[in-house]
Amino acid sequence: MAKNKKSRIGGTKTTIFTILSTGLFAVLSFLIVFPVFAGLIASFRPGRELIRKGLSINLDISTMSLDNYIYLLSGNEDSQKYFMWFKNSLVLTVLTVVLTLLICYFVAYGLSMYDYKLKNFLFFLVIATMMVPFEILMLPLYREVINLKLIDSIWGVMLPGLCGASTIFFFRQYMIGLPKELLDAGRIDGATEYGICIKIMLPITKPAFASMAILCSMGAWNNMLWPLMVFRSAEKFTLPIGLNSLLTPYGNNYDVLIAGSMFSIIPVLVVFLCFQKYFIDGMTAGAVKG
Amino acid sequence: MEKGKKKNIITRFLYSQKTAPYVFVLPFILSFAIFWIYPLISTVVMSFQSIKPAGTEFIGLRNYEKLLADSVFRQAVGNSFRYMIWTLLLLIPFPLLFAVLMDSNLVKAKGVWKAILYMPALTSVVISGTLFRLMFSEYSTGQMNIILQFFGLEPYKWLKNSGTAMFALLLLCCWRWTGVNMLYFLSGLKSIDRSLYESADIDGASAWQKFWFVTVPLLKPTIIYVLTISIYAGLAMFLESFMLWAGNASPKNIGLTIVGYLYRRGIEKNQLGYASAVGLVLLVIALAINIVQLILSGTFKKEEN
Repeated sequence: MAKNKKSRIGGTKTTIFTILSTGLFAVLSFLIVFPVFAGLIASFRPGRELIRKGLSINLDISTMSLDNYIYLLSGNEDSQKYFMWFKNSLVLTVLTVVLTLLICYFVAYGLSMYDYKLKNFLFFLVIATMMVPFEILMLPLYREVINLKLIDSIWGVMLPGLCGASTIFFFRQYMIGLPKELLDAGRIDGATEYGICIKIMLPITKPAFASMAILCSMGAWNNMLWPLMVFRSAEKFTLPIGLNSLLTPYGNNYDVLIAGSMFSIIPVLVVFLCFQKYFIDGMTAGAVKG
Repeated sequence: MEKGKKKNIITRFLYSQKTAPYVFVLPFILSFAIFWIYPLISTVVMSFQSIKPAGTEFIGLRNYEKLLADSVFRQAVGNSFRYMIWTLLLLIPFPLLFAVLMDSNLVKAKGVWKAILYMPALTSVVISGTLFRLMFSEYSTGQMNIILQFFGLEPYKWLKNSGTAMFALLLLCCWRWTGVNMLYFLSGLKSIDRSLYESADIDGASAWQKFWFVTVPLLKPTIIYVLTISIYAGLAMFLESFMLWAGNASPKNIGLTIVGYLYRRGIEKNQLGYASAVGLVLLVIALAINIVQLILSGTFKKEEN
């Protein structure tokens, strides 16, 4: 009720502005949804059409069918391949998230809960790693991964990124605000330094874990450039790499490509709709404090 | 006896309050040494080498000399710069405006718009790039050509012409990042003290004056953050181009970026030395622009006080 009253005070001028600005966002949202909607509709038609005609919104229901999805779920060779990629993506995502969060939590704990000489220098190094784009390091890393015999393995994809600077940064910003008296209280109770870290501080840091888990899983699920270089055998591909491998000039795989693409958005969308708040918290944490 | 004592000392050392922080940061130190410093140094070294299956030899500055004379490299640098500058012009003012609107009481159903605008950030670049490639198809039945025909124009080969190819890349980029940048600005706006606007109201400030003299200065940290990541992302763009042309080869290299060239030389042609030189040029450019930008915006001054 109070809200209604407020908007009425502004009078007609405010009403017009409200309609205009809400309309602006409606138009923007339409433009954002448009390509995905076009893709969704196209996934109900034979993939050959995409190659021959390109993509456009065609609402003719009579030519639509579920054939692509039936094919995708049929359990034949293509379908098995697709779900192997799906499984690989899931495994990679879960492992990456669990390991990254734990490691980054420990590192950030060491960088925020103690006072020691090298602390600021180490934090400076964390920031420094953010200043060099990954693309510059990818060639020597690629060579290194070959030499370490980690090429074509999930570890080769994961290891270089486990100490993500932005994740460490976020945890540190969060933990720096926590009361340090808790550590002393734990020490008096006879807990070890590591016991305090895991049993006392970790539960308090849960909200930070939630935000970072979401952000990190999106990154791992959609990561493309580095896995593209590391993975070589088709049975190890993740979804983005696998879908990319379907992009042959002949277009014989476009049935799987378009239906598979749309299908792969579903888990991400579900997670997003359930945990929307954490997405925004995690993503924008770096921007406010600079 | 001796052994037990020794073990005791080690445990005590590991569990002491002085050692614990180093144990905690150890993974970072390892990862920093193995996956950051080592590759960084080795890429610098490689840029002075010629690396062939037969053997590696130092060739001094010859890779860099070759780069200076390389017209394809210059084209790649030009493309990356053009793209980066356009993304700054498109992906900072507009998302900022949208964020200010979103922060006001004027917009209804905010949650819905926010969720929809963020959605593209959830899709992999494989999917979004492929969808855009097919929409920009040169056939008259592609979505962009349908729009042209609606206005009575002839179908166009969008991805075979430099100007329209850049347009396609930028449209893809705006599609993916407008919502994300808007949310960055929105979270910055949330941290601004409301009472400042009230005092501005009392002083009789117009909406524009409030935006320019209150919002923008207070939003500076966020703007600098978005500017910094946009400069980096713009200069290092590669996958968007890779997906829009379904591979790293675009006609007459109209979609070739610096990282695309690095990938072509390093991975496709296996010239690691030459590709490393390309990478280092990119690093120097990116660092230089960012340092200039940070000095101009006065970020370092704050720390002196």
